[in-house]
Amino acid sequence: MSQFAINILFVGASFALYIGIAIWARAGSTKEFYVAGGGVHPVANGMATAADWMSAASFISMAGLLASKGYFASSFLMGWTGGYVLLAMLLAPYLRKFGKFTVPDFIGDRFYSSTARTLAVICLIVASVTYVIGQMSGAGVAFSRFLEVSNDAGIWIAALIVFLYAVFGGMKGITYTQVAQYVVLIIAYTIPAIFIAMQLTGNPIPMFGMFGTHVESGVPLLEKLNTVVTELGFSSYTADVDNKLNMVLFTLSLMFGTAGLPHVIIRFFTVPKVADARWSAGWALIFIALLYLTAPAVASMARLNLITTVYPEAAAKQESYEQAMQNPILFSERPEWMKTWEETGLIKYEDKNNDGRIQFYNDKNADFNNTAEARGWNGNELNVNNDILVLANPEIAQLPGWVIGLIAAGGIAAALSTAAGLLLAISAAISHDLIKKTINPNITEKGEMLAARISMAAAILVATWLGLNPPGFAAQTVALAFGIAAASIFPVLMMGIFSVTMNNKGAVAGMLAGLITTLVYIFTYKGWLFIPGTNTLPDTAEHWILGISPLSFGAIGALINFATAFIVSGATEKPPAEIQEMVESVRFPKGAGEAVDH
Amino acid sequence: MADSKSNAAEYWSANLRLIFGSLIVWALVSYGFAILLRPLLAGIPVGGTDLGFWFAQQGSIISFIGIIFHYAWKMNKLDEKFGLGE
Repeated sequence: MSQFAINILFVGASFALYIGIAIWARAGSTKEFYVAGGGVHPVANGMATAADWMSAASFISMAGLLASKGYFASSFLMGWTGGYVLLAMLLAPYLRKFGKFTVPDFIGDRFYSSTARTLAVICLIVASVTYVIGQMSGAGVAFSRFLEVSNDAGIWIAALIVFLYAVFGGMKGITYTQVAQYVVLIIAYTIPAIFIAMQLTGNPIPMFGMFGTHVESGVPLLEKLNTVVTELGFSSYTADVDNKLNMVLFTLSLMFGTAGLPHVIIRFFTVPKVADARWSAGWALIFIALLYLTAPAVASMARLNLITTVYPEAAAKQESYEQAMQNPILFSERPEWMKTWEETGLIKYEDKNNDGRIQFYNDKNADFNNTAEARGWNGNELNVNNDILVLANPEIAQLPGWVIGLIAAGGIAAALSTAAGLLLAISAAISHDLIKKTINPNITEKGEMLAARISMAAAILVATWLGLNPPGFAAQTVALAFGIAAASIFPVLMMGIFSVTMNNKGAVAGMLAGLITTLVYIFTYKGWLFIPGTNTLPDTAEHWILGISPLSFGAIGALINFATAFIVSGATEKPPAEIQEMVESVRFPKGAGEAVDH
Repeated sequence: MADSKSNAAEYWSANLRLIFGSLIVWALVSYGFAILLRPLLAGIPVGGTDLGFWFAQQGSIISFIGIIFHYAWKMNKLDEKFGLGE
């Protein structure tokens, strides 16, 4: 059986499963459409949350980021998991007790303000749409590589599948397909990792193998990696960073952003009880951690594997690498997987010193130039896109064909599950918060369902169009989505629960202050509205205020939000008595009942 | 009524204390051990690197799971004790 046939078989079987689940879990009411009827078991919800959370970026790109940035990229690992601690203690149980369908619903009711509600809807749509573009293009890449269709055709297939189960099944269909997608993606991620950990360290558990001994050389794996990368002019893998302030703020922004992303929060509206919301956050983090604890192992091992592929003699060495570094492989003798990935353009080779060999090193390191010159090197000759590390991993480690088919199904599952969750958050905000709560309060249940399905279909079309014609800001997803969620949504939700006296004016002023300062800071360095060339200052460390990167500003925006809200609220009248009572009632699980409309 | 009010207030302050304590651990394992205090832990070797690096890529995440389950378990007991559960 050819590799192509195996890939089709795996991907096709997973699709058949998702569609089967969708038919079984059709949504019959708005409650089923928005919150899956409120009867999802906390463990199942934890799994669905994990699939919802782990996007194409987590599955495909994160290990590549870790591999290239080393220790600094730990911020992604801590930020994207630590946010769940905040969710479990500060938001999820109380929002579940409040018992409404959407995040803007809480903000609008708690701050008795349609301005606050509309502002929340806008933040939600901007954050979710940015995020969904990355999913569509991620699915496109996976389809085009493994199913040998064009990128555009891949995006259309992904849109069709999401349409089938999200529009008909709503949250109910999405939840149960996400459970299946989690199983597919976690198996696909861990199996190649186990094989590679076995090959490199003799330990089948990647998270232990990473801190174990490299079998071929007898040196600890990370020590070996540090030596090899510094021999090639890269910075040491585990080296500490100079600017700790930036790393702290970056991690904090990712944590606040994680806790404030609406498509994650609404998952906790689907469980039966307040206590279940707390447990469910714990289960979600366990399922997420299975991938996040494996990713750093995949990253370090793949980086080492890549280098020893190019410099085979370096693999067994313990010291004196000079000879090994002078003998990289001949381009004509490169392994098969390099040839396959060259076709996608994600690996590029250029023989700059015409010796027919592949010199792979850091030519941007001025201190290393002398060494490179002495070795007769004339610039780095191999460019490897970070995104291929996970996808190419099974081929690099020469694993059987079915593992490659599995990776294809897993990458697509990661992209589809996150896209579906985001699309549901968007459509619920439009049909429930804009149409039902703002424009036409008299709409019938049937009418609202139809509106929800139409807005979902429209959201899918917009997402597909954006995936086909990615705007300049597609790559800025992290800055934009997490910046908005951290600086506007997370603080306003927290204050709505933990401050009885926070009023409507304080909340609106705080949200605006947090949002505007964060956007201004991001646009200053990334370009106004992300239009290339319009940035006021160059996006480099020496121009950032106190060395704070635009990606790290969300945490500062959140602080500005809190401060503004308390000053404005303190200077204006207290909220009405019934609102204060509502805040008190949100704090106690008793009498939560099911998620209701009114 | 007065009773149930003071009962509720006590429940809420017990919850806040628990949250505060959990957040200290949360900050210590991530911002502390993994970032700010890493140079202090540099002398403790863990498989080819130091303890701070291990906390940054493994230890913090494992601790987060522990914090959430501990919080959920404690809160269930509080809900029961104060009769405020469902």
